[in-house]
Amino acid sequence: MFFDIVAHAGGGPTFFHLAPLVVFVPLLGATLNFLFGRRIGERGVATIAVAAAGTAFVVSVLQWLSLRVHPEGATQLVVDWITIGDFQVRWAQLIDTLSVTMMLVVSGVGTLIHIYATAYMHYDVRYKEDPRRYARFFGFFNLFIAMMMILVTGNSYLTLFVGWEGVGLCSFLLIGFWYEFDILGRPSTANARAAKKAFVVNRVGDFGFLLAIFTLFWYFGTVEFHGVFEKVHEVAAAHPQVLLAVTLFLLLGVTGKSAQIPLFVWLPDAMAGPTPVSALIHAATMVTAGVYLITRSAEIYMAVPQAQAAVALVGGLTALVAASMAVAQYDIKKVLAYSTISQLGFMVAAVGMGAFVAGMFHLVTHAFFKALLFLGSGSVIIALERAHHPLPDDPEAQALAARHGHGHHDDHGHDHDHGHAPFDPQDMRNMGGLLRRIPVTSWTYIIGALALAGLPPLAGFWSKDEILLEAKHLQPTVYALLAAAAFLTAFYVTRQLVLVFLGQPRSEAAAHAIESPKAMTGVLVTLAVLAALGGFMNAPGVHAFGHWLEHTLPEVETLPFDLTVAGISTGLALLSMFIAWSLYKGVRAWSQWQHDPLQKVLGPGLFGFLQRAWYWDEAYLAVFVRGYDALAAFLAHTVDWDFWHDWFHETIVAGTYQRLSRFLARPVDLGVVDRLANELAGAVKGLALVLRGLQTGYVRNYALSVFLGVVVMLGYLLWVAR
Amino acid sequence: MVPTSFYIFLAAVLFTIGAVAVLFRRNTLVIYMAVELMLNAANLAFVAFARQFEALDGQLFVFFVMTVAAAEVAVGLALIVTIFRTKHSVDIDTMREMKG
Repeated sequence: MFFDIVAHAGGGPTFFHLAPLVVFVPLLGATLNFLFGRRIGERGVATIAVAAAGTAFVVSVLQWLSLRVHPEGATQLVVDWITIGDFQVRWAQLIDTLSVTMMLVVSGVGTLIHIYATAYMHYDVRYKEDPRRYARFFGFFNLFIAMMMILVTGNSYLTLFVGWEGVGLCSFLLIGFWYEFDILGRPSTANARAAKKAFVVNRVGDFGFLLAIFTLFWYFGTVEFHGVFEKVHEVAAAHPQVLLAVTLFLLLGVTGKSAQIPLFVWLPDAMAGPTPVSALIHAATMVTAGVYLITRSAEIYMAVPQAQAAVALVGGLTALVAASMAVAQYDIKKVLAYSTISQLGFMVAAVGMGAFVAGMFHLVTHAFFKALLFLGSGSVIIALERAHHPLPDDPEAQALAARHGHGHHDDHGHDHDHGHAPFDPQDMRNMGGLLRRIPVTSWTYIIGALALAGLPPLAGFWSKDEILLEAKHLQPTVYALLAAAAFLTAFYVTRQLVLVFLGQPRSEAAAHAIESPKAMTGVLVTLAVLAALGGFMNAPGVHAFGHWLEHTLPEVETLPFDLTVAGISTGLALLSMFIAWSLYKGVRAWSQWQHDPLQKVLGPGLFGFLQRAWYWDEAYLAVFVRGYDALAAFLAHTVDWDFWHDWFHETIVAGTYQRLSRFLARPVDLGVVDRLANELAGAVKGLALVLRGLQTGYVRNYALSVFLGVVVMLGYLLWVAR
Repeated sequence: MVPTSFYIFLAAVLFTIGAVAVLFRRNTLVIYMAVELMLNAANLAFVAFARQFEALDGQLFVFFVMTVAAAEVAVGLALIVTIFRTKHSVDIDTMREMKG
């Protein structure tokens, strides 16, 4: 039976023909949950969703196994999509080491997050008082996996774009999952606006991506990867500026999807989505699509050094700027959001420099530790939420509430919060001392955080070190930016760890936080193991990951491990952590929040500047939104109303028409046409007045005229005509 | 034998009398009689010429004229009777409805 699903090719059995399942099984899962999810209960929904994502993972693993035998990969035709004359786009799946890496990350981390979400959403839908939305969440989640698989397996820019838009749609739907609330669960349009913002900002990037596809179609005659790459040198010789345009257009698309300067502003707001969404879509997978896109387009980028420099600079700047924003955030998820932007900057900088292996390596390790951090933050949030107001069907929380006599003794449920500021379970100022209350979440979170900070031997160290190493050799400017960003990373990580886990609880909820169920902590532990050990797959001396990608990427050279670079980055991280520790250690004793110690150092102005993300949103609001509004108002009032309506239509068109018709009516019609008719009538009337005198009515007069006529005629005949 | 010019002269005199009577008399019946006089003046001219040229055409025309005159009188008298009934007069000047 096993051999039935094993296709035989060349040197042995392969599973390449199963590749379409990674798209269609999650799609089936989504369809089932959309159609029947409300009837089969939470357990059924969770089973379908996890099974669908798990199947995708198993199939991805089978692809990996097949690739170990056939490293050259395969192209699996799904359907002939577009055929117009010579131009043909097939929906085919490109199975190579690069796409399978992405498939494994998407389905592997994706499956873990699905498992986590089965428990997380159980609480979330109850706190939002709409348990029926559970099925919808997992429908969207499976749909996202399917779309992401279309993205990473597509063999052409067009199929990639379909997935690109599909994940954008899922992102929009899931950011606005609680569209009728704000992040504190109050009725508001805030979440819906966050979703809209993500969608609109991504449109700007997608516009660039589309222009790149159009340019490719025009100059290359194809949009399939292999066809394009074969012609790169030919086109580079004939039209060098075309390649520059394509790469920069693609970069615009990347800045949208991967949240780089200048289009990163949507990602912090995307935290409005449930936390598993932030982990899966806005940290581990979707936002890395831009990095994948550049890696996939390596052949094009390597032909255009200017574009590579631009990409690297954008990535480096983003890494530093976003890291500086993260140091002043109070929302536990906002810190991670800016951190994600910053880490994506690392990846983009790496692939921009041509260090594709380093970039992809960081993509994978980042997927591990950032998913871990987001899921950990979700676990913290739920822990506080459960302690703050126990749900009636949550025996653990009820028992705790009874024992400690806190939380809701009354039956009002959420109404408790009315009248004063609502409790914000995401605000780190409300946390503290959670290490003792929720040890599993805390320790896994600490592992993830240290991996993010880049401490050896955790995963983040190896991948970040590889990027820094390459940067030092390829682009020293970017190296400086990234090193500074790494310094700030260690700072905000330490700040967060101290504020959340150490010291005294600064709220009732934090004091009685409840550890999350096994479905959540189990996933956290698994990811913690990956975050701790995942780096060894490309550690110096191993380079398994580099050799793996060698089969796909144009040229992979491995720089030897440089103790100076590793020493500098580790030293910077430790120094930064020490500074943060000495700044924040006083906070441990606080039982209530006072002023942020960093604010005292930086001053309220600079701290506020960082906290408000450099007033980037405000600047966009002032320049683009206000500018757009002003332009729209100008177009509506001045151009459309005053110019077109009042002046052109009223004055010119209508006025001219009226003057013309007045001219035609008075001088022409009345003066000429009517007058002619009237004068003619008058003349006929005057003649008739003369002629009526002849009509005397006396028969004798008529007779006389007959006689006279006869006499005249006879006279004429007798004397004239003779 | 009486010369033709005599007959023609007589016919002209008769025709003139008839025409003057048509123009100057106001009694419808008299006008009718004057019309008959003019017709017969024409008849006289016809037969006079027929005799001179020894051709029967003129005589033939006379018969036609007399027949038509008879028919005309029949119609005309009927008209006069009708006029008398409406106007209670046969004065031609009472018939002025066609005045312009």
